[in-house]
Amino acid sequence: MDSAYLIETIIKVVVILLVFSALAGIGTYFERKILAFMQRRLGPMYVGPFGVLQFGADAIKLFTKEDIIPTGVVARIFKIAPVITAATAFMAAAAIPFLPEFEIFGYTVHPIVSDINVGILYILGVMAIGLYGPLLGGMASANKYSLISAARAAAVFISYEVVSGLAILAPIMMVGSLSLIDFNEYQLSNGWLVWSQPVAFVLFWIAAFAETGRTPFHLIANDHELIDGFGTEYSGMRWGLFFIGEYANMFFISFVIPLLFLGGFGDGSVLGAFALLGKMAFFFFFFLWTRAAWPDVRPDQLMWLCWKVLMPIAVINVVITGIVMM
Amino acid sequence: MKMEEFNNRNVTEGDYFKCDIADYPTTGWDKFKRVMQRTFRGELFVGLWVVMREMIKFDIHTVQYPEEKMPIGPRYRAIHQMKRLWESDTERCIGCGLCEKICISNCIKIDTKIDENSRKEVSEYTINLGRCIFCGYCAEVCPELAITHGGEYENASDQREHFVDYEAMLTPLDTMLAGGQKEFEGFGAITPHEDERVKKTPLAY
Ligand code: SF4
Ligand code: SF4
Repeated sequence: MDSAYLIETIIKVVVILLVFSALAGIGTYFERKILAFMQRRLGPMYVGPFGVLQFGADAIKLFTKEDIIPTGVVARIFKIAPVITAATAFMAAAAIPFLPEFEIFGYTVHPIVSDINVGILYILGVMAIGLYGPLLGGMASANKYSLISAARAAAVFISYEVVSGLAILAPIMMVGSLSLIDFNEYQLSNGWLVWSQPVAFVLFWIAAFAETGRTPFHLIANDHELIDGFGTEYSGMRWGLFFIGEYANMFFISFVIPLLFLGGFGDGSVLGAFALLGKMAFFFFFFLWTRAAWPDVRPDQLMWLCWKVLMPIAVINVVITGIVMM
Repeated sequence: MKMEEFNNRNVTEGDYFKCDIADYPTTGWDKFKRVMQRTFRGELFVGLWVVMREMIKFDIHTVQYPEEKMPIGPRYRAIHQMKRLWESDTERCIGCGLCEKICISNCIKIDTKIDENSRKEVSEYTINLGRCIFCGYCAEVCPELAITHGGEYENASDQREHFVDYEAMLTPLDTMLAGGQKEFEGFGAITPHEDERVKKTPLAY
């Protein structure tokens, strides 16, 4: 392992951390604006022109707020839980190729921290660990709402994991690799996987909503039932870490879906890179769009949906794919 | 739509119709059919389209409050005002104390004295707005239409004692002389046609 590789990796890690922390903040701005427009409101308007500096004001608020550890909580777990959510969200990014490789000053940059050969498994696995944040935070909070939220987190967790895992099993069988770069190469020569695996695409997309905990599966921290769920007892930057984790997760999954099913960055040209960013923007927008339009489901409905509907469909999809491939 | 249509509760006439709500399915097959119907009817996409349509139309209904303000009705009950007589520009309040008596949150404090012309004069009059519930009883009971509600709803101060004494409520003299005093149209105020309806005081008993 030479030092150039080490330096490059460290730079890439720092860039990803900075860019996506900032994006998580800007993402909240977009979310508030788009939700507002869809509900005929204006959204944030006062901080900066059209409120664009609102996330800066929010960041200042979150950073300078007192960090309260309530009495009665299990302090050590309570403190570590938000870190789990944020850290795993960013760790998952290590195997995502955000852009095609490009050359800068005659040096080829691969915008992926590490092209490990179990890429997609790693991403899904690490993202799933992120749910330990709500789970542990909720259980350590000594608050009934947080506890219910933690229980729901566990229920959601065991439900969607099966679906997302089985759903992408069929594309993995076709591609024969777990690396997202190989997925991209495969789709470049064989056409987008969404055409050959539409069912897997829809299933994975649905599971992504459960994974990121967005409406219609926003039941872990459903504000109108559970106050802020696992976040009820949190304040200041610890709560902010949960938030950053959630939004970073949304961005990362918005990268993963196009990479898996919609051709990724294509042939690696500038156009392909912009196409990937455009697809990512669409999926991110869709997260906000559904939040404005759709109601939330109950936890039992989510489990019913995952176990009794989506999982059988996913299994059938895998079987049919296998038969066709033989 | 006129009010009568709302007040008519007789559901057998008019435009009333029964909502067409299907019963809950009981058998497994019926439940399955309902799930299938709901899945493929595309209702979720209707919802998506509705919010998207509103976003494209961009028909924003926000009132950006400090810059824009909604008009408020004349009957709105905000901070009290003390009115002056149109004829002589003197204060209308005769110090009868009815408002202090009726105030249900006991927030009006009034004191009177006899002035040098042997007339009753209000020497002290305050309303503790921290307690006032803006019920409007004081405005209704006042026989002189002296205390009324105004339209001023933006009030802030670092001292709660600033709310609110007689001088602050009284119509300023220059406004009065310029004819700027507005009559209150709400609770207890004179209705239109009051002149035709007024009767002589019966002195027979
Ligand atoms: S509005 Fe009601 S509560 Fe307020 S001063 Fe008048 S009578 Fe009292
Ligand atoms: S009821 Fe009217 S006239 Fe009587 S004391 Fe109150 S404000 Fe003055």
